[in-house]
Amino acid sequence: MTAGGPAALAQQTPAGVQDAVRLAPLEYIGGMQPVMDNSIFAHVLLEQFEDRAAGNGQQFRYDGQGWIGTDINKVWVKSEGTVGTRGQFSDSDQELLYDRAISRYFDLQAGVRMDLDNGPTRTWAAIGVQGLSLYFFDIEATGYVSDRGRTAARLKGSYDILLTNRLILQPEAELNFYSKSDRGRSVGSGLSDIDAGLRLRYEVTRKFAPYIGVTYAGYFGQAQPIAHSNGDRVQDIRFTFGVRSWF
Amino acid sequence: MSRRRFVQGSILSGAALATLGGRAWGMAAANSAGVLSGKRFDLAIGSVPVNMTGRPAVATGVNGLTPGPVLHWRQGDTVVLNVRNTLAVPSSIHWHGIRSPANMDGVPALSFRGIMPGETFTYWIPLHQSGTYWYHSHSAFQEQTGLYGAIVVEPAAGYAQHFDRDHVVLLSDWSDSSPEEIVSNLKMQNDYYNFHERDAGTFLADAHRRGLGATIGDRLMWGGMRMSAADIADVTGATYTYLFNGAPPGANWTGLFRPGERVRLRFINGSSMSFFDVRIPGLTMTVVAADGNDVEPVPIDEFRIGVAETYDVIVEPTAEAYTIFAQSEDRTGFARGTLATRAGLVAPIPPMDPRPIRTMTDMGMGTMNMGGSMAGMDMSGGKPAPANSGTTGMADKRRMGGAMKASPEGQKLHVGVGVDNVAMDPINRLGEPGDGLSGNGRRVLTYNDLRATIAGADPRPPSREITLHLTGNMQRYMWGFDGKKFSQAEPIRLARGERVRFTLINDTMMEHPIHLHGLWSELENGQGDYRPYKHTVIVQPGGKLSYLVTADAPGMWAYHCHLLYHMELGMFRTVVVA
Repeated sequence: MTAGGPAALAQQTPAGVQDAVRLAPLEYIGGMQPVMDNSIFAHVLLEQFEDRAAGNGQQFRYDGQGWIGTDINKVWVKSEGTVGTRGQFSDSDQELLYDRAISRYFDLQAGVRMDLDNGPTRTWAAIGVQGLSLYFFDIEATGYVSDRGRTAARLKGSYDILLTNRLILQPEAELNFYSKSDRGRSVGSGLSDIDAGLRLRYEVTRKFAPYIGVTYAGYFGQAQPIAHSNGDRVQDIRFTFGVRSWF
Repeated sequence: MSRRRFVQGSILSGAALATLGGRAWGMAAANSAGVLSGKRFDLAIGSVPVNMTGRPAVATGVNGLTPGPVLHWRQGDTVVLNVRNTLAVPSSIHWHGIRSPANMDGVPALSFRGIMPGETFTYWIPLHQSGTYWYHSHSAFQEQTGLYGAIVVEPAAGYAQHFDRDHVVLLSDWSDSSPEEIVSNLKMQNDYYNFHERDAGTFLADAHRRGLGATIGDRLMWGGMRMSAADIADVTGATYTYLFNGAPPGANWTGLFRPGERVRLRFINGSSMSFFDVRIPGLTMTVVAADGNDVEPVPIDEFRIGVAETYDVIVEPTAEAYTIFAQSEDRTGFARGTLATRAGLVAPIPPMDPRPIRTMTDMGMGTMNMGGSMAGMDMSGGKPAPANSGTTGMADKRRMGGAMKASPEGQKLHVGVGVDNVAMDPINRLGEPGDGLSGNGRRVLTYNDLRATIAGADPRPPSREITLHLTGNMQRYMWGFDGKKFSQAEPIRLARGERVRFTLINDTMMEHPIHLHGLWSELENGQGDYRPYKHTVIVQPGGKLSYLVTADAPGMWAYHCHLLYHMELGMFRTVVVA
C-alpha cells in the first residue's frame, strides 16, 4: 500500500521523538477508567421446571444453573433433581464450579459435586467443559472422581430448532457413566442412565417460556436390575409441561 | 414532560419558525427553549420525565429537555458553557467532533474528572471550525438515557451553499429498559433482541427459492462458524423506539418550508446503537457536508448514517408534504418526521425495505471467489464495489476458504476468547453503500462519493502506520481492538505533530463507527488530496480502510467504537499525543 512499507515509514519519525512518546507518562485522572469493561454480571437459568405426568403418577423435575463473574472468570452453580410419585427426592446433585473462558466458545469448569437427596450422599471432584459446539449444539462434558475413588462422567447436549423466532423445539439429553455400580444411588457401571426430552417452548418473553414435551428416563446395563429391585421403571416415557425461565 | 406536551412542543417550535420565515437558527432562538445561541451558556444536566412509548419513564437531559437544546455557535467565538450536574451520579458532556483543548473534551478519566453531583464545570472552547456536530454524555450509559443534543456552528465566512431554511434532524434510539439491563441481557444471550433469526419458515422459503441442497449447505456453513447471518444489530426495535428530534414516529415531528425554498437538513445520528438509512421519498438530497466539513455536492436518494456521524443535505421541496424516513439498518423500526408547508400535513410513510442478510464478504472472505485477485486496499479508489454475492456463491467461498491464508496483519491475531473471527481477505468496501442498500434502485451515498471542497491542510505523507483490527466475540458479547479490551491494552502514543496512517480491519460481521476524539480522520477514499475530514468512520464488516491523522493537539484522547455497548465493553483505546 505504501512504497517501502511501514518499516521505511517509521524511520522518518526521529527515534528520539519516538522514545519521548513511548516514555511519556500516562495517568488517568483520579485513577479512574474511562470505560468499565470488566463488569460483573450474574444470571440464573432455570432450564427445566416441569411436571412429568404418566399413568403411574406424577414427577416433578428441575434442572438449572446460575453464574456470576466477568468475561473470563466466573463462579458457576448447577443443580438438578427429581421428586417422584411417592415423594422421594432422587437423582439430585449440586455442583459448585470455578469457570474460566478458555476458547472462543468453551469454558473450563472445575469444582465439586454433591449428590444430595433421599439417597446416600456422594461427593465428587468435577472437571469439564461447557460451551457452544459446531452447529450450535449446547454441550457440557464433565468428569468426576468421588471421595471413594470412583469415577464418573456426564454428557449433556441440547439444540434449539427455531420453528419461529418464539416457538422453539428443543431436543435435549443427559447421559451418565460410572466406573462402578452404586446400588444405593441406582447407578450401574458403564452407561448407567439417560434422561432426555423433546420440548416445545413458546418464548412469551426471552425470560419466560412455558413448554410442553415428552421426556424419557431410562436405565441401562447393570443399572437396570438395580432400578428394578428399587421399584423404579427401567424405561419411563412421560408427557411433560413446565416453564423455562431466566433472570 | 409528557409525551403530549413533547409533541406540542415540537409542533409549536415549527410553527414559530413558519411565522418568522427565513433561516431558522438565531431567529427562533429567542422564542424556543429548544435552541440556545450566543457565547455563554448555562446548562443543567438532570432527570427528565418522558413518555416515548405510552409508559412513563425517566430520561437524562439538559435544561429539562431530551434531546438537550440545540446549541447555536459561531466560528471564531470562544464559547463558555457552565454545566451543572443535578443528578445523583457523576456526569459529563463531550462535544463530539469539536476540536477543543484536551481538558475541555469532556471524557472522564482522560480530559477531566467528570462533573460530580451538585458541581458546575465550566467549559471554554475556541471555535476554529464550523458545521453540524453534537454533544453527549461520556459517563457510563447516560447517552442511552437521553443526554445528547445538537450543535450548529455557523461559518464565519458564510455558507458555501445557499439555502433559505435550516432544520436539525437528530435521530436517536430510546428504550424503556435501563441500559444496564440491556447490556446484561446481551451478556446472557447475545441475540436477546433479535427476533428475526432464520427459522423453519425462512428455511422453507430459501429451499423453495434456491433448492434444498444449497439451503442445507448454507445453514451448515453458518452453523459451522457458529455465526448468524441474521445478526444485523445487537439491540433492535424489540426494545427501541426510534426518535426524530426526540419525537417517536407517531408524534410526527414537522419541519416547515415554503415552496421553492432550499432547505438545509442537518442529520445527526445521536443513537447509542442504531444505524439509519435515510431518504425522503420524492426528493433528491444533495449532500453538502459530512461530519461538519463541506464536501463537493453529491445528489443522492438515500444515505446510511452510522452512530455519531453527521450529514448536511439540501433539498428543494415543491409539494406540500414529504416524509423524512429513517429506517434502522435491521429494519425493526424507523424514525420519521415530516417536511411540510404547514403543521398537521402528512405524506405517505413508505414500507420498510427487506432486512439485510450477512454474507461471506461480511465474514472477511472478501472477493475470494470473484476472479482470484485480492482486492485488498485500493488507495486509488474508484474500484467498483463487488456485488453482495448470494448464498450459493458463499458456499463456494467457504470451500475455497480452507486454502486461504489470513491477511498479513491478521496472521498475528488468533481466534480465542475475545476474537471469534479473523478476516481472511478484508477488502476495501468504501464504494459500497452498506449491507441492505445495494441494488434497491436508488442512488445511495458511498464513502467514495465524499470529496472535500478544499485540499487537506497537511501535505506530508504519513511517517508511521498503525494497523488495528476491530475484533469481538459475539457469543460472549466481548469487544476490543486486536483482540484486547481497553483494560488489557496499552494506549496508542503519537508524537505531537506526527502524521500517521491508521488502517482499520474489521474482523467482525457488524459495522463499527470508529470515533477519534480531538483529531481529524482524513479518509483515504481515492479523492487524492481532497480527502473528506471525518470524526467518525464506519468500517464495514469484513472491510478494510485507512485514514490519515495529524497529531496536532496534545493531550489524552478517546478512540473508540461509537456503539455504546461496544465501547463500554472494551472497544476503546486511549490516544496520547505528547
